[in-house]
Amino acid sequence: MPQALEGSQAIARAVALCRPGVVAAYPITPQTHIVENISKLVADGELHCELVSVESEFSAASVVLGAAAAGSRAYTASASQGILLMSEVLYNIAGLRVPLVLTCANRAVSAPLSIWNDHQDSMAVRDAGWIQLYCADNQEAVDTTIQAYRISERLELPVMVCVDGFTLTHTLEPIELPTQAQVDGYLPPYRFSRALDPMRPLSMGELVSPAYFTEVRHTHHVALRGALPEIEAADADWAEVCGRHSGGLVEVVREGEGGGIGILSIGSVTGTFADAAEQYTELPAARLIRLRCFRPFPDEALRAACAGLSDLVVVERALSPGAGGIVGTEVRAALREMDEPPRVHDVAVGLGGRDVPLELYPRLIEVARGEQETRFSILDLEPDKLPEEVR
Amino acid sequence: MIEIRIHGRGGQGNVVAAYLLATAAIDEGHHAQAFPTFGAERRGAPVAAFVRLAPKPILRRCEVREPHFVIVQDPTLLKNAGVKAGLRPGGRILVNSTRSAGELTERLGVETLSLPAAQLAREHLGRPVPNTALLAAFLALTTVLPVESLLKALQERFRGEVLARNEALVRAAAGTVPQGAWKEVIDAAGA
Repeated sequence: MPQALEGSQAIARAVALCRPGVVAAYPITPQTHIVENISKLVADGELHCELVSVESEFSAASVVLGAAAAGSRAYTASASQGILLMSEVLYNIAGLRVPLVLTCANRAVSAPLSIWNDHQDSMAVRDAGWIQLYCADNQEAVDTTIQAYRISERLELPVMVCVDGFTLTHTLEPIELPTQAQVDGYLPPYRFSRALDPMRPLSMGELVSPAYFTEVRHTHHVALRGALPEIEAADADWAEVCGRHSGGLVEVVREGEGGGIGILSIGSVTGTFADAAEQYTELPAARLIRLRCFRPFPDEALRAACAGLSDLVVVERALSPGAGGIVGTEVRAALREMDEPPRVHDVAVGLGGRDVPLELYPRLIEVARGEQETRFSILDLEPDKLPEEVR
Repeated sequence: MIEIRIHGRGGQGNVVAAYLLATAAIDEGHHAQAFPTFGAERRGAPVAAFVRLAPKPILRRCEVREPHFVIVQDPTLLKNAGVKAGLRPGGRILVNSTRSAGELTERLGVETLSLPAAQLAREHLGRPVPNTALLAAFLALTTVLPVESLLKALQERFRGEVLARNEALVRAAAGTVPQGAWKEVIDAAGA
């Protein structure tokens, strides 16, 4: 029977079910409740792990890097400025091919200071070499956390589970928590092939000259490309255990009809669009596509999901100032290889926590029907608030 | 689907109220969602929280803009135009207030019911926290969930004497309002 759990509480319970040996995190809104709940599970004796209090996110990431390299399953979580402060270590974790799971409670990045949700933080580290999975709801946050450990440990690649701050972390909803036996059966005990061991000394993180740097980077790229089938398999195998899918690489959430309009979103706004599609029955039903896996970028699965579309609207939750959309640029590049690629319209919405209401759906359809392809625009911009010259 | 907006001031247990209501619904086998809006997180600042109750999974995650019901924890917030913003036609407002329902209904132009929730809480709990009493009255008025479901949700949070005092408060508050008087709003929403 489902339980009423706040997203953060559910994520903490999922982490505990994975039996981590070390947890280190520094509190930051809106990630704080995850760490608080893990601390409580430890204090209540329900989770036996080393909980390390650190003085910054840089240290949190460094502690879990060391712990995982020394053979402990480890966990951390952060958001926004915390992710940025970790960024140097995030590149190291990936480059050293250390298995780790990190929850990013997605939040805007300063300045201006904002505690609210968008995807600027995880997008800022998209090239760090981590796998990035974006969750549509809190059930997926639970299931994806468990899948993330399996993916990470099989491939020796770190996984960032991206969960919309507040919109998911602070939302209470019905959650099915798996049993310990289900998780134990799915996730074998952690064994790291290169675990630091004084009886078997080895060096990690040494200087690599130009003679080998390119080859190491290439190897990392190949490893991430090779992760695509493993991510799909982890989801399919978890569905065997508990009957729930989390969306694989790319999920067609709702089939469209006739007109060939598609809307591609990432994260938790997908549900709002699915609801809106049911409300606006006078509009053509768009095919709703959700990009669950952003790194590695699932080109082929994306092309399959977009087959037959005349227009695709990509809905971004972050901005690359001076360029435009981040997801849309990559989607456009991937779809160019189709025989008949759809027009790709790229829009950003919900920056810094601006509410994404049902009423946005007809505007997305309008964009798709536009005479011109929308290269990039911020769809929920309120120009009245701006001086003439920047409207 | 029923959509509810709770207005209060930081420290009045607005998020707790939203979570309690959704928890009661989920434990009864319904679908529910509860979440806060966060502004400057400080005691006394106006805050809002949202609850959705539905017979099937809830997909939308936007803020509640057109509530069926508004619950107001602090009567001084009634001056704020945002309190009745977007209230659906036929929607109702429940206020923690010692003023009469007639007076408030006339002032707001919307059918409003008052409950001296802070006063009831002070009597039973020794603290003027209006949330639990308002929820009990809300359930009695709407019958959207049995009042017992709130007692069960409280059992997940409290033990011993604190729980007993909360239970007494729930029974007292539920008994103060006309049973099922707002059921028609629930029926009209088809939930």
